[in-house]
Amino acid sequence: MATLSFISSNSSLLFNKISISKQKKAPTKILAVMTPETSERKPSTTGSVKTGMTMTEKIFARASERSQLSPGENVWVNVDILMTHDVCGPGSIGVFKKEFGDNAKVWDREKVVLIPDHYIFTSDERAKRNVDILRDFADEQNIKYFYDITDRGNFKANPDYKGVCHIALAQEGHCRPGEILVGTDSHTCTAGAFGQFATGIGNTDAGFVLGTGKLLLKVPPTLRFVLDGEMPDYLLAKDLILQIIGEISVSGATYKAMEFVGTTVESLSMEERMTLCNMVVEAGGKNGIIPADATTFKYLEGKTSLSYEPVYSDAQAGYLAEYRIDVTKLEPLVAKPHSPDNCGLARECKDVKLDRVYIGSCTGGKTVDFVAAARVLLASGDKVKVPTFIVPATQKVWMDLYTLPVPGSGGKTCSEIFEQAGCDAPRSPSCGACVGGPLDIYARMNEPQVCLSTTNRNFPGRMGHKEGQIYLASPYTAAASALTGFVTDPREFLH
Amino acid sequence: MSTAASLANPTTFSSFLSSRLHRQQAPASISTFNVFNSTAQRSFKPLISQSILVPNPTVSCHASVVAQATSDSSPSGSATSFHGACYVVRDNIDTDQIIPAEYLTLVPSKPEEYKKLGSYALIGLPESYETRFVEPGEYQSKYSIIIAGDNFGCGSSREHAPVALGAAGVAAVVAESYARIFFRNSVATGEIYPLESEVRVCDECKTGDVVTIELEKSLLINHTTGKEYTLKPIGDAGPVIEAGGIFAYARKAGMIPA
Repeated sequence: MATLSFISSNSSLLFNKISISKQKKAPTKILAVMTPETSERKPSTTGSVKTGMTMTEKIFARASERSQLSPGENVWVNVDILMTHDVCGPGSIGVFKKEFGDNAKVWDREKVVLIPDHYIFTSDERAKRNVDILRDFADEQNIKYFYDITDRGNFKANPDYKGVCHIALAQEGHCRPGEILVGTDSHTCTAGAFGQFATGIGNTDAGFVLGTGKLLLKVPPTLRFVLDGEMPDYLLAKDLILQIIGEISVSGATYKAMEFVGTTVESLSMEERMTLCNMVVEAGGKNGIIPADATTFKYLEGKTSLSYEPVYSDAQAGYLAEYRIDVTKLEPLVAKPHSPDNCGLARECKDVKLDRVYIGSCTGGKTVDFVAAARVLLASGDKVKVPTFIVPATQKVWMDLYTLPVPGSGGKTCSEIFEQAGCDAPRSPSCGACVGGPLDIYARMNEPQVCLSTTNRNFPGRMGHKEGQIYLASPYTAAASALTGFVTDPREFLH
Repeated sequence: MSTAASLANPTTFSSFLSSRLHRQQAPASISTFNVFNSTAQRSFKPLISQSILVPNPTVSCHASVVAQATSDSSPSGSATSFHGACYVVRDNIDTDQIIPAEYLTLVPSKPEEYKKLGSYALIGLPESYETRFVEPGEYQSKYSIIIAGDNFGCGSSREHAPVALGAAGVAAVVAESYARIFFRNSVATGEIYPLESEVRVCDECKTGDVVTIELEKSLLINHTTGKEYTLKPIGDAGPVIEAGGIFAYARKAGMIPA
């Protein structure tokens, strides 16, 4: 593994110190893609020498009841939580019933979490039917956690309904350090923020887990990202992950674990850590992971009654590569159309005229994201120049928008600040327009417009129209851009 | 546990593969296998070979018309080659291009909706792709092999993506590399055979070229250009594909009861 140097038109690269360091111990045999792994070492037969393991490897070991394993091995793991939503749930249930029989029971009624969140506030009949399918299954199987919605006209009338699955999982205490969480959604990797292994799977794998509680997984090698330095007050975790994806590309982490450590990471709130892990899939990553610490334990207090046992990477664990980033040298970024790795400095895109700004989704629709956007709007005092859509991820986030005072505002809530700035009123919590979906989804892009959003993907057609242009950015950058009508560096307002 | 060890050992895999491919008789577990794969949503394509009508009649070789074989009665894992017209796409074809989100209300495990998914396969490709993959009003494509660049299938975990391609009649994809969830879903469902090329085949093939994939020789032959390309071995996914998907594999391994 030679030292890699990144050539990029992104001028902020000049400020980044990126180096690869090898661990001192035995070199790790890692192959990331599909060629057959030749492992001379069979841990179960060797016995004597134990190599240090990364936290991801340790989680795999524990879940497969092995004392030792290496990247590249395929193991059957015990799953702690399986999540599915309205889009993939019906298909997963279909596979489950086909393979295990109509009368089969799920492996554990308390480990399956059903969360309708994608196509909820729509008149599409099939979308509604898909939530009905989840309900029928929940009833039949006596599923403990089903966050149902029946009254779509008033989301608040549904006491069980939560909203975006990845945020709901965290808020409801289903994410625990050291565990294995799989979900039928690519952004399931978000939960890695809690120091667990979390990854997205398809319907067939999910159907398999429903029946057995197990999954065949290949142990991924780990890329280590050390982020150090005090977080500048114009940057958010979104900028950090955009920087990383821009550097390593949309396939830079394919089949790999992305481990985030360092003083900056330690300073991040749980929601910011979730943003960081959320987009690892955009780099091709199998999972993102952050060691659990006091921040994690505090967040979990009162949320889960189950015990958990965090794991931590050994000092002599083997990493495929290590990247060191001095965050004080970074600047606000955007991912330009049509790829999450097409990064550019926000300030260099100030001539890009926008038609709309969207603030929402698991990536950028959490409480911390709205408070951030509100800070920028407050600092400006002006009104937005383009339609600005506000879609909280969950009911809890919605409540926060209307009740939490924004620091430095003299007691105003996010909702008040958004209203005064002329944003659209906050909408019913769901995935919303992040993923396009049925044509009547709120804020879906039905014309070829230019949108800046706090969401996670900008491939052609992502938010609806194939010729739509999507710029991905942090909530700070989104609010700043809404105020000018052009892509704008938030430092224009934040000082 | 021995199964896990064999997955990590390519020698075991390759001898396993060669012994399987040369036999036409059904494997011992076939009766069990068929019970679970008897619905319209087929398991891994158990085709011996598949030819479709070549769109350009001036292409000289292999213009025979053969109806696409259905999978229901054939044993799995006995595919030795794929043959047909190819459709060429570039790098980073993400799942939104393969099957846009608005069609995800269709549930792949329902036969009628499975069929509909096929009609929307690759409908999300930008206008720069002049040839449509599936003609309007059709449920299947005339192209049974897709040739792609890097990171094919990136983006969402939606299993609708390989399913839509399979429903549209795609037998195999030859890409420079895959995104992991898409690759995993292809293997688990058996909808398409995900192969990797050694070089950028997408730069040397054109949509409409007639190609053959010879699995045991790991070869892609472009009859239109006359060129041949080596394919990478399927790797750890081999045993799962050979068994006919994750369920069949798990039954073989004794993980779940037959």
